[in-house]
Amino acid sequence: MPKLIKQDTICSDDWLAADAASDQVAQHHFPTLPQWRAATGRTLRTVQLQPGDVVAELADALDTLDIIAVDFPVLTDGRGFSYARDLRERGYRGELRATGHFMPDQVHYLRRCGFDAFQPADDSRIEEYLRQSRVFSEQYQASVDQPLPLFRRREAQAG
Amino acid sequence: MYIYDQYDQRIVDERVAQFRDQTRRYLAGELSDAEFLPLRLQNGLYVQRLAPMLRIAVPYGLLSSAQVRKLAHITRHYDKGYAHVSTRQNIQLNWPVLEEVPDILAELASVQMHAIQTSGNCIRNTTTDQFAGVAADEREDPRPWCEIIRQWSTLHPEFAFLPRKFKIAVCASEQDRAAIHAHDIGVELLPNAAGELGFKVLVGGGLGRTPVIGSVVCEWLEKRHLLTYLEAILRVYNQHGRRDNKYKARIKILVKAMGVEAFRDAVEAEWAQLRDGPSTLTEDEVARAKSFFTSPPYADIDGKDAGEALAARAAADPIFGNWLTRNTHPHRVPGYRAVTISLKATGIAPGDITDRQLDLLADLADSYSFGELRTTHQQNMVLADVEETALYSLWQRLQKAGLATANIGYLTDLICCPGGDYCSLANAKSIPVAEAIQARFEDLDYLYDLGPLELNISGCMNACGHHHIGHIGILGVDKKGAEFYQVSLGGSQSKDAAIGKILGPSFSQDAIPDVVENLLATFVSLRQGDETFLQTYNRVGIEPFKERVYAKAD
Ligand code: HEM
Ligand code: SF4
Repeated sequence: MPKLIKQDTICSDDWLAADAASDQVAQHHFPTLPQWRAATGRTLRTVQLQPGDVVAELADALDTLDIIAVDFPVLTDGRGFSYARDLRERGYRGELRATGHFMPDQVHYLRRCGFDAFQPADDSRIEEYLRQSRVFSEQYQASVDQPLPLFRRREAQAG
Repeated sequence: MYIYDQYDQRIVDERVAQFRDQTRRYLAGELSDAEFLPLRLQNGLYVQRLAPMLRIAVPYGLLSSAQVRKLAHITRHYDKGYAHVSTRQNIQLNWPVLEEVPDILAELASVQMHAIQTSGNCIRNTTTDQFAGVAADEREDPRPWCEIIRQWSTLHPEFAFLPRKFKIAVCASEQDRAAIHAHDIGVELLPNAAGELGFKVLVGGGLGRTPVIGSVVCEWLEKRHLLTYLEAILRVYNQHGRRDNKYKARIKILVKAMGVEAFRDAVEAEWAQLRDGPSTLTEDEVARAKSFFTSPPYADIDGKDAGEALAARAAADPIFGNWLTRNTHPHRVPGYRAVTISLKATGIAPGDITDRQLDLLADLADSYSFGELRTTHQQNMVLADVEETALYSLWQRLQKAGLATANIGYLTDLICCPGGDYCSLANAKSIPVAEAIQARFEDLDYLYDLGPLELNISGCMNACGHHHIGHIGILGVDKKGAEFYQVSLGGSQSKDAAIGKILGPSFSQDAIPDVVENLLATFVSLRQGDETFLQTYNRVGIEPFKERVYAKAD
């Protein structure tokens, strides 16, 4: 089973990447956005987004979803970072999983954008992904894991 | 200037540790080339023709004397004893060794400096007017806003893997000295009808292969919304900018493709989600940022007396007089001037400065200008707060160090990229062209008679030397493997921003000084009164220039 990181620990589960070629959702595979859309009655409780998908399509269904996976086909395509923040800002509380070809050194930023599970396509370096997930202890911007920008926290400290 | 607190310092220190670890893993084979590439770029490290090139951030061009001494030390110890001032106010080293870059970054961190996001597809160093805080035509000091943008953009988690690089510039004066029309985002501090200062926001300017002048996306924005609005623009770009073709990936292409109205609508929609959220600026934060940019303790000087004494000096020593007229800029405080130190002496690559010159400038900053220096996007440096009575002795010391070339704003104060001597993307060399032009036009009286003139040289379409917005632009092109140069006229980087028009077929390297001479002769013969080159060009158009240059070439 593929390894992943959840709640700062290495674990494994049997979710596999979506199969866009098929009309059907194969067992243990995330549905693609079109497959999820085609399923009636919002019965599918997971979906995997690709760069280019319209996140807003999920807006009304967020509480019917347990896992939203956001795929990174290449490490330089940063659209998924914005998708994650968008989903969290729209109130999504379920698992947000980064999948695909991101690298260990991106986990820190991914986490700040709202991801809480990390499933790299190549799981042979999974310890490195964990090690790189908290390389900074401070940050300037507001983000999902720290909703107040540093300037507001500085002010709070100054009293 | 801005001083780090424990938070700023911790962020920069942790960045150094992170890059040290990344470099170690790369050298140990644990990170692939493809993985290390964006990581090193976001720390300013290019791999170039001869060695890596390291670009050090100089936030909005401001440096303390301690920082300048550190830069001198770094160039001496880790490089070949000189540094290069870039067209985005940064400092570049041409010869560092990859293994030592983490140590260089640690040295920088010890003086509150870094190389974060100086290249790569992320938000780059924010630039502004080199005369910020001292210019007489300023509406408000832009530097607190630049610092606010610096903090917001530094290690922003959402925008580190954009389609392409992203550059922001801020202008707060009547005259635009920050080229805001040629930036991905240009911000101008401007009053609304009620007289309240806010921001006009331009988007989608840029040079490179497809030069574009920015479009107005917001006529006037309340100050406290600055960060949420910028964030909304970046979000639209990050999600919709093209990623299939790196030559079409800049935000200017997206704005053109969508049309500025549709782009504005998309930004407004994103902004609706962010507006009035926690990133909305507070009065306390703005006051905190402003508290770092208060006036230094200026002496109370009778401006009229000082001015008269200076005029007498200049009359007695015309060489000093030349320098005084060209290389000093009016100051908002009576009895003071801002001094531009020309890094454009003939025979030295434009923008290059040695370790000893850096050390000297640090000393001069301490003696004459409250311990601060600035870099300019024209690749010079500035001492912003010099008493007029001290100008003569300052000039004498600069002269001894080869730093008193009296050419600021004139033809030989040209902008030039590293070109084929250093850069692996170059089509042609640019430094020797700059030198040949400087050597040809050494006669200062002729130069001054020509009036203000900007000549910009890039070694390829990437336009690092801003050739599109030079009054005269020179671009290195490749013609069947040989180095040629295309000439354009009429570009401008000011509020009347314009992209230059191509003159015609390109020229060989040795023809360029003659071509420039012909262009200038045409100008002189057509000039009315004391028109500038650009004014004459705008009146008569390109034809007379073309005729003269190509007639001669036959
Ligand atoms: C020697 C190594 C360098 C390399 C490999 C390099 C590479 C590039 C590339 C590829 C672009 C085009 C980017 C685009 O249009 O998307 C660019 C633009 C630019 N570079 Fe460089 N550059 C180098 C040095 C410099 C230096 C020394 C300066 C300053 C003197 C500089 C300043 C700029 C500026 C101002 C732009 C134009 C920004 C715009 O298109 O709006 N670069 N560079
Ligand atoms: S303009 Fe071209 S040649 Fe000059 S530095 Fe930029 S990439 Fe290199």
